[in-house]
Amino acid sequence: MNVMNEQKIEEAVKARMTAGTNEVIKMRGDKVTVHYGEKQALFDVDILIRENQVTALIGPSGCGKSTFLRSLNRMNDTIAGCRVGGKITLDNEDIYDRAIDVVELRARVGMVFQKPNPFPKSIYENVAYGPRIHGLTRSKADLDEVVEKSLQKAALWNEVKDRLHDAGTGLSGGQQQRLCIARAIAVSPEVILMDEPCSALDPIATARVEELIDELKQNYTIVIVTHSMQQAARVSQRTAMFHLGYLVEEGPTEKMFTNPDEKRTQDYITGRFG
Amino acid sequence: MTDITASSLPVAAPPARRDIGLKKRYAAEARFRMYGIAAITFGLVFLAIMLGTIISKGHTAFWQTTVTLPVTFDPTLIDPQNKRESDPSVLIKANYDKLAQQALISKLGIDAKSKPEVAKLKGFLSDSARIQLRDMLVANPALMGQTVTVPILASANIDSAFKGQVDLTVPEARRKVKDQQITWMNQLAAEGTLAEKFNTGLFTYGASSRPETSGVGVAIVGSLYMMAIVLVLALLVGVAASIYLEEFAAKNRLTDLIEVNINNLAAVPSIVFGLLGLAVFINFLGMPRSAAIVGGITLSLMTLPTIIIATRAALAAVPPSIRQAALGLGASKMQMVFHHVLPLAMPGILTGTIIGLARALGETAPLLLIGMVAFVANYPATPFDPATALPVQIYMWANEAERAFVERMSGAIIILLVFLMAMNLTAIVLRRKFERRW
Ligand SMILES: Nc1ncnc2c1ncn2[C@@H]1O[C@H](COP(=O)(O)OP(=O)(O)O)[C@@H](O)[C@H]1O
Ligand SMILES: [Mg+2]
Repeated sequence: MNVMNEQKIEEAVKARMTAGTNEVIKMRGDKVTVHYGEKQALFDVDILIRENQVTALIGPSGCGKSTFLRSLNRMNDTIAGCRVGGKITLDNEDIYDRAIDVVELRARVGMVFQKPNPFPKSIYENVAYGPRIHGLTRSKADLDEVVEKSLQKAALWNEVKDRLHDAGTGLSGGQQQRLCIARAIAVSPEVILMDEPCSALDPIATARVEELIDELKQNYTIVIVTHSMQQAARVSQRTAMFHLGYLVEEGPTEKMFTNPDEKRTQDYITGRFG
Repeated sequence: MTDITASSLPVAAPPARRDIGLKKRYAAEARFRMYGIAAITFGLVFLAIMLGTIISKGHTAFWQTTVTLPVTFDPTLIDPQNKRESDPSVLIKANYDKLAQQALISKLGIDAKSKPEVAKLKGFLSDSARIQLRDMLVANPALMGQTVTVPILASANIDSAFKGQVDLTVPEARRKVKDQQITWMNQLAAEGTLAEKFNTGLFTYGASSRPETSGVGVAIVGSLYMMAIVLVLALLVGVAASIYLEEFAAKNRLTDLIEVNINNLAAVPSIVFGLLGLAVFINFLGMPRSAAIVGGITLSLMTLPTIIIATRAALAAVPPSIRQAALGLGASKMQMVFHHVLPLAMPGILTGTIIGLARALGETAPLLLIGMVAFVANYPATPFDPATALPVQIYMWANEAERAFVERMSGAIIILLVFLMAMNLTAIVLRRKFERRW
């Protein structure tokens, strides 16, 4: 198993890594365990999430991908009986520390869910909600600008600019998902977590969202859970393979797909189980 | 490739039919449908019988027999000693009955000196004529000496007779309405002087010992006060409690216990709430008896469980994806609840509230215990004054023997049913309008 050792992590945190890459560690999981009541769902997960890269989490159903993703912005706190152990840091700060406010954390680590879940409000209100509750804008004009920028970044602006005040729930599935991405972007997060964002979309909408993810990585750090090997290969720079609650292996996507260290990774990628 | 065209290919022979019990299945379904239709018909028939009885008995209450008479405000009758300048109370003490009687005598053309005939006139017009004429003159002393056409209520007995509710085959001695009165009644009716008019008094009068001047006015005001109190108290407390229990409280033994008890409270007979109101609000806290405030609080307590259960169900029905979306954006729990969950749950909450209110509006038993079964003739100015309620008024009239009161009871039932139907309709409209917006 590819376990990062302390030394390596320290190096990464301290500065950009050598070998010509400009990699910076944005988030780090250190012996992360998650329990749902008596049942343990994650076992000692050690992982580095690199800034401005897309990290894909793959693995068979029920292996703990969503669980791990949720622990990155403490959405697990909302699940009764869920306990998170170990340490998770964002910019080297422990996000489960008392000093970190969960509301602030979620403004920094946004989330896009499996099923598009726009609020039953207008498109404008959907995007404006985050900036509004966090007081990010001074005036209506400011807010309008944030809404427009966010929709543009989510590649939705052209489709909805004439009907910003129509219901967000009236959009197509793919548009709804991009609206959710725009909504997440509007609060200017540093990290965006996506849990199978394309699983409810058709192939064309999926392609749009994938393109979008590729563009977004310039400004954001992205962690995406996906069931599609092709998707992981297309959009991610790093891939982490989970199995039965363990992190099997993590590495550059290219290496993971061509020459993984672990046989389980190989088997899963080639469709021998999952 | 051979040259065989598709149509020349052999066709597969159909397999032997299997018996998969289709006939039996369809028969079972048809039977089930029949049972369903029978059950619904049964219910509808009883509903129709109930409504039919109430309406056939009660619709006449909305009409009241009125005699329109030219009344002369004769100064020699009202103020024989001519001292109204110095003593205004003369106008109040005067014998107005005589005025009405005079008007009737001249209208019927009977001999004013014939004692037995004049005696039979007694009980033809409502006693309320006295007060009606007095109030007219006191309000406008310039009427003195003039002749004014005034609609005067007929007495309850004449009203019943005119509506054909009196059995005239009974010997005259055992009837309240004498034959002579019937003759006069028919004479006046033929002239058009005596006729049925829409009974506005039913909606405006309070309690009275005379059926023709009693109405549900006070009861409606009392009921409205109580509904307002229930709406404010039960809705605020109920929604606050539900939000706390559903969204914030930890799920543990204690909250389970509370939940079970709320469900139990919803099933507690309403009379028990009346006992509670009597013991706590009147005996312990010393609040006024018969007042709408006590009734309102008691009914609020009774309605609270209904509202809490409906509200919690409405909150729980808001999809978790909406909550996650809000939390994922960094909304606090409170923001999540008030910005997203509560607005989506509102139609359900309102529906539950209206249904709870409707139940409270029709509730009688607890009000009897806190003394709202009282003879209240005057409108309550505030919720702290004595009042009655619609269902209590119905209950009180149901205990009266007179035919005219029974008729009013049915009329009041119709009014109550109209209120209830309007409320339930509002609930349905609200639900339709806001249903499933996500
Ligand atoms: N809310 C929950 N309560 C209890 N167990 C859960 C909950 N969510 C997930 N689990 C369990 O945790 C394990 C990992 O689930 P999950 O993270 O959803 O897997 P994945 O997203 O990889 O399919 C599964 O065994 C699942 O049954
Ligand atoms: Mg999952």
